[in-house]
Amino acid sequence: MPAETISSTGIAVEVHDVTVAYHRKPVLWDIDVSFPAGALAAIVGPNGAGKSTLLKSVLGLLPIASGRIEVFGKPLAQVRNLVAYVPQRESVDWEFPVSVFDVVLMGRYGRLGWLRRPNRADRAAAEAALDSVGMTEFRERQISQLSGGQQQRVFLARALAQDATLYLMDEPFAGVDAATEQSILEVLRSLQQQGRTVIAVHHDLQTVRSYFDFVAMLNLHLVAAGPIDTAFTADNLKRTYGGRLTLLDEVTEAVRRGGTLPRSS
Amino acid sequence: MTKLLMSDLLRLITLQDSNTRMVLLGTGALGLAAGVIGALAVLRRRALVGDALAHAALPGVCVAFLVFRERSLPLFLLGALVFGVLGVLTMNAIRRFTRIKEDAAIAIVLGSFFGLGIALSGMIQRMPSGNRSGLDGFLFGKAAGMVQADVTLIAAASGLSLLGVAALYKEFKLVGFDRAFAGSLGWRVSLLDFILMSLLAIVTVVGLPAVGVVLMAALLIIPGVTARFWTDRLAPHLALAGLFGLLAGLFGSALSAVLPAPQSALSRGYPTGPLIVLVAGTLFAVSLFFAPRRGLLARWTTARALHRRIDDEHLLRDLYELHELRTPASINQLTTHRAWRSGPLRAAISRAQSLGFITHVDNTLALTPAGRDKSLRIIRSHRLWELYLHEHAGVAPDHVDRDADLIEHFITPELLAKFEAQLALGDGDALRTGALAGVPLSLHPPGTSTDEEPRR
Repeated sequence: MPAETISSTGIAVEVHDVTVAYHRKPVLWDIDVSFPAGALAAIVGPNGAGKSTLLKSVLGLLPIASGRIEVFGKPLAQVRNLVAYVPQRESVDWEFPVSVFDVVLMGRYGRLGWLRRPNRADRAAAEAALDSVGMTEFRERQISQLSGGQQQRVFLARALAQDATLYLMDEPFAGVDAATEQSILEVLRSLQQQGRTVIAVHHDLQTVRSYFDFVAMLNLHLVAAGPIDTAFTADNLKRTYGGRLTLLDEVTEAVRRGGTLPRSS
Repeated sequence: MTKLLMSDLLRLITLQDSNTRMVLLGTGALGLAAGVIGALAVLRRRALVGDALAHAALPGVCVAFLVFRERSLPLFLLGALVFGVLGVLTMNAIRRFTRIKEDAAIAIVLGSFFGLGIALSGMIQRMPSGNRSGLDGFLFGKAAGMVQADVTLIAAASGLSLLGVAALYKEFKLVGFDRAFAGSLGWRVSLLDFILMSLLAIVTVVGLPAVGVVLMAALLIIPGVTARFWTDRLAPHLALAGLFGLLAGLFGSALSAVLPAPQSALSRGYPTGPLIVLVAGTLFAVSLFFAPRRGLLARWTTARALHRRIDDEHLLRDLYELHELRTPASINQLTTHRAWRSGPLRAAISRAQSLGFITHVDNTLALTPAGRDKSLRIIRSHRLWELYLHEHAGVAPDHVDRDADLIEHFITPELLAKFEAQLALGDGDALRTGALAGVPLSLHPPGTSTDEEPRR
């Protein structure tokens, strides 16, 4: 249903003048960027540039100090079920007593609501998602008994089970072997072919051009954003990775020491 | 004396005494709920919140007595709940508004509130009405002092919290595993945490009369940790934690009913808390040692079997290599060839003898035909792996043997086939024919063996 209700030429995510602060320390300055619907988009930038923060802000996981974020032209709360999320692999407790299938089934929890249990259709959707990342044979494994690449595939399967229109992924290619990287890429491409939008934080500059068709380049502030051909230029790369803007660092430090940032609620 | 104990035990087992029945019902229900809620708290890494809560509750009980001047469990527990929650809130405030870390914050709150509680209860004991307060039971628990209404309250609170877990099972599961994902679904993660902590607070507080403020946290934490040795699924994990808590509650309070009270005890009856926790601790110790796969014994057995297999394979390989060098193999020769320790070497020799792989005559060891076959397979995987390391991983020839030694015992037949394919060996190896087809030459020419990897 989502592909019909959302025009493919529209905007999937609009980030409007957004500033985000952790413990009063600003980590994103006045970000203004629109990700087109149907894009396979990368967010790139050096460590600590605020890439994950931007993703979490779109998901409503972090309070934004100022600005506004819209998903498919609406506030996030109205379109939650159109959004799927793949967190960083390190962010969870892999010793937790759940099986691979349990984790993938969690992708269905969002549409269930509180107190309700997954039914047969949910289980079937989870099975299908597991199959599409080639992990069916591991369904009964405890999740700590997987390699890094397999864990990443399980996370991807959980997002697929969400059957969303917008996929937000935090470093889906981090720490995976070459074969897994290719199969993850295939899944992302097939999502795009189905008219869905993928926005992924990405670390490997070598592959940005061949994997993605849209890029947002971030280093506390937005350096550039646009189709790969126009935005992913040597000049922009230099501006993204060639050291922080020192003045911005000084302002950040001043804010941390002194005042507070206003919080919009 | 012994006779008395026996008759007590008999009465207890047959549940003849209605008071005993009631007490067991109370501590059993409490143990069950504490096991389940505690297991969730441990998974959510909030185990010590129960500890802080229990200790911080003591002044609440005292204040309730000072205000109402009577022994009333509901009022005591209300006081305990208020102060327990106050303690947790103080802890969170310290963590949030200062740079003090969680462990230090817990210690500060737990210690200060508990100290206040001890001071207040000392004051109460000196009051004329003080010895009727029953406050001494709150330190280490005294299940025998419970009346029907107390048990009803405990059972109701335990039932309520179990119901809460059953209703929000899926929610607690996801929030425990992946907070960020739960948040991305629009779930109010902090509300779910608050509900879990409320259930924890309720169970902790109703547990105080039977278990006491000092050891309540142990009853919350130990059953859940014990359950993890037996399963890696959440539902059985919680069920087992509940079962272990139930057993601890039942057997602990049963023990306290039959054990003679120590002389120094302020009132009749052995403190229940230590006995309940001792039972829980025993279950933990048994699981730690004897649980299948995760228990220490199972892990030790697996490790020993692996070490033996490695020794066996080394022995056969060594004998084959000595045979290649045309050196008659003796125990002395073997120890110069590889840094064998005599114990493991003799054990490996006798195992190989009993399997019919070698003969040992006049201090000379020789491979039987079966042993030769077996050693060829071992040599083959060793040399293929060596060659692979050398050609594809760029390891220098004089280092390759040591690296290969550490891994070769884990090489499966499938992996071996892949090495062969990559190295383009197999039947095309021109240098070897017959039994040695497919076995590469050693990277170390005879006489220059560097076969001395460090042994554990």
